[in-house]
Amino acid sequence: MRREPPKTAADYAPLAFPALMLIVFFVVPFSIMIAVSFFKRDPAGFYKPAFVFDNYARFLSAFFGEVLGFSLMLAVTVAACCIVIAFPFTYLLTRRPRRVQTLWLVGLLSVLSLSEVIIGFAWSTLLSRTAGITNLLVAIGLMDQPVALLPTFGAVLTGMVYQALPYTILVLYPALVRLDPTLTEAARTLGASPVRAFFNVTVPALRNTIVATLIMVFVFALGSYLLPQILGRPRHWTLSVLITDQAIYQSNMPFAAAMAVFLVLISLSLVGLTLLVGRRENAA
Amino acid sequence: MNMLRRLYFIAVALFLAAPLIVVAGVSVNEKQDLTFPPRGFSLAWYAQIFTDPEWRAALFHSLILAVCSAALAVLIALPLAWFLWRRIAPWANIFQVLGLAPFILPPVITALGFLSFWATLGVFGQFFTAIVSHAIFFVTLPLVTLSLGFASIDRSLVEAAATMGADDRTVARTVVLPLILPYLISGYAFAFVLSLNEYIIAYMTIGFTTETLPIKIFNALRYGYTPTMASVSVFFVAVAALVFGSIARFGDIRRLLGAMASEDN
Repeated sequence: MRREPPKTAADYAPLAFPALMLIVFFVVPFSIMIAVSFFKRDPAGFYKPAFVFDNYARFLSAFFGEVLGFSLMLAVTVAACCIVIAFPFTYLLTRRPRRVQTLWLVGLLSVLSLSEVIIGFAWSTLLSRTAGITNLLVAIGLMDQPVALLPTFGAVLTGMVYQALPYTILVLYPALVRLDPTLTEAARTLGASPVRAFFNVTVPALRNTIVATLIMVFVFALGSYLLPQILGRPRHWTLSVLITDQAIYQSNMPFAAAMAVFLVLISLSLVGLTLLVGRRENAA
Repeated sequence: MNMLRRLYFIAVALFLAAPLIVVAGVSVNEKQDLTFPPRGFSLAWYAQIFTDPEWRAALFHSLILAVCSAALAVLIALPLAWFLWRRIAPWANIFQVLGLAPFILPPVITALGFLSFWATLGVFGQFFTAIVSHAIFFVTLPLVTLSLGFASIDRSLVEAAATMGADDRTVARTVVLPLILPYLISGYAFAFVLSLNEYIIAYMTIGFTTETLPIKIFNALRYGYTPTMASVSVFFVAVAALVFGSIARFGDIRRLLGAMASEDN
């Protein structure tokens, strides 16, 4: 059966339910959120309809600037750590037998699907004084006394790398598994060591993939909202945490919505950039 | 070189497994404290998921939410993916973008959108709102797996059926459906597992009236730790491993994750 353009109303029928659901439950809520970001806060209830820029004007405060700067710095660091660990790992993984790959993919998917709550709880236990990794160091005589390793910036960073690493590997996997193996074979035949072939052939060949993955992981890390709360101090809070906090605990929906709109703009422009990078790779 | 690679794999595996090992250890403590290595051995904390009314209710809510929202997500994704495969309608791709968007954006944003939407409608806090919200948020997963499934169908098979006189409906039921069934099931499974684990959207839609397991764990984090949290976490890891293990066993997980999409059609 050849693909053909829809002609009668019946041809359009299958589209009706998905289109309705996506418009009513995604486009409309999104539009409401944008509208709310221009509303006024109502101390008695949620908000009052209005058209003011007050919520956006609050972005100019030093506090907001600090939170934004910290969020971006944290997300960049997480993305960089993940790529450095994940790229060589994924490359080696795609060179393993199918069974080994499948086993790893199942494990990675299981970790990736874990709730942020569980990741936060697991790391807070691992880094705690009573049940933590320092007990192990005491047991083998490297330390005198177990200590708590949280709340610290290191704990937040570790937790977020843990959360984003499986995602990074799974984003890199398709590109690396389809990489033409003759590229490295040629380099090896010409006398390059495996490490040299990896850095001089594989990495440059996938430069655009690496950049695109970096951006994807950056956006993913921007969305982390529980780990900074569980593993860090209030000064380690990110934009996502601040949005939740304003919406739920301070009941300031308009300000939360304004920050969310801002976060969407950052994310969308970065995702757009990834698509551009990807297009250039396909064209080349 | 081989040695180095093995060490590297072990290091990554250890990093990914370490927190889970500690949580599993904590979950079998005999007394109600979180120590590792565990003191004594007891499975009482696993029993408590089912005997304690609060944990049991949370488990029940989570399961209903995941079962229903994953089903609704598939119901939205299936006709959409079919239409995009069957018809030439470039403008319909806008719905594909809409289906992918909630998953790519930071989840807080989608959660906040739903919060203002349900509050405006005046049904804020009712259980069905979480089902619909999760279905929209996770529609991406069945949409991606089903699109892969449709792309893998050999069009000559469908043409043969049509030449022999089968109408659209018969072709869909007897040829297309059996071919995409594995993709449909994996799409459902992905959405199910992620819905089970999802926190922020569930919290912002029904968090004030109902507890799901992740919400319950987070609340327990703030009001004192119990080993039950650890046993529930182990339960989550087990469910995920079981589901993804079955997908790998009965389907091709490498293909689903993009290993061969280009050369097969």
